[in-house]
Amino acid sequence: MFEDYASLLIKSIFIENMALAFFLGMCTFLAVSKKVETAVGLGLSVIAVQVITVPVNNLLYTYVLKEGALTWAGMPGVDLSFLGFISYIGVIAAIVQILEMTLDRYFPSLYNALGIFLPLITVNCAILAGSLFMVERDYTFGESVVYGVGSGTGWAIALVLLAGIREKQRYSSPPVGLQGLGITFISAGLMAMAFMSFSGIQL
Amino acid sequence: MSQLKAKEVLFAPIFNNNPIMLQVLGICSALAVTSKLETVIAMSAALAFVTTFSNMGVSAIRNYIPSSIRIIVQMAIIASLVIVVDQVLKAYAFGISKQLSVFVGLIITNCIVMGRAEAFAMKNPVGLSALDGLGNALGYSVLLVAVGVIRELFGSGKLLGFNILTPITEGGWYQTNGLLLLPPSAFFIIGFLIWGLRTWKKDQVEHD
Repeated sequence: MFEDYASLLIKSIFIENMALAFFLGMCTFLAVSKKVETAVGLGLSVIAVQVITVPVNNLLYTYVLKEGALTWAGMPGVDLSFLGFISYIGVIAAIVQILEMTLDRYFPSLYNALGIFLPLITVNCAILAGSLFMVERDYTFGESVVYGVGSGTGWAIALVLLAGIREKQRYSSPPVGLQGLGITFISAGLMAMAFMSFSGIQL
Repeated sequence: MSQLKAKEVLFAPIFNNNPIMLQVLGICSALAVTSKLETVIAMSAALAFVTTFSNMGVSAIRNYIPSSIRIIVQMAIIASLVIVVDQVLKAYAFGISKQLSVFVGLIITNCIVMGRAEAFAMKNPVGLSALDGLGNALGYSVLLVAVGVIRELFGSGKLLGFNILTPITEGGWYQTNGLLLLPPSAFFIIGFLIWGLRTWKKDQVEHD
């Protein structure tokens, strides 16, 4: 039991890294990786949102949307799984909003530090993908919590690493056409190749 | 609106203001689905449908949306359109829908759709917004098709499943380049395409 969870955690952080193996959350990944400091803030908030949304969507899927899931309400033949997308994104938007209000009320310093990044998380594809992968792979509730932690952490690690590389890159001089976005893509590609070496790990 | 303006709105996103290369929008799917041309085409068509109609929808009700809840309203419109696309793909092209897996759903959070709804459709009339959506989807498709062709042709010697360069494993001469089928190659190809485009159009160069 514990071993399963541990291997799922390692798998979701390193082997199936959201950013570098599945290319999810790229827009934010490339846009917010200019400074390590902001990258750490955004990384932490992504982990927080991911840890809440994946399990919540798991419950929503198991008890409302899955075929036959409404048996407890006396409707055994109902299959609402086509409503998946709109429900998950609704849950994500709502949770991000709640998180924003909670932070504002109880942890104002953290709220100010994260600032604009919180609302942006709603449109971060890594978050929605976490929920979609969870449904596709039929995770149980326990697994979905672990997967939420793992996938969020993996994305955050990749973001902070890329930010570190880009801070150093400011002192180098690539060809003019490659400056900015071009060289960032190529560095991210090299990072993705490095992360591919994790795929040989047998768990 | 003048004829010229409409044309500009439709074609500017292809090279001059490409959503992927200049605006850095919608990159996730650009990288993940490009190892085969077939999935690229399905993805581009799906995205064109969603951006065009979501831009139209958002633009049509833009004067009635309170600005504090506009993101949720846009999301609801986009998510409904994506559900339609997903159901159609499942019904008529099940194989492709399996290959695209979660990426159809991820059109919802594809920044191109949201970005255009927010940046263009909220301020412009319905017709122009539809053209803008279509144009951006075209800009996206052009880049995706380019990457898809490079990856499939040189990675497995095929295009759309037909042998173009017969690989050695099937008795031909072409040594396939497996690296191009692996995910990181998409980063390199897009990086080099950006380099190419910016060498051609100097005004797009970023100065640090």
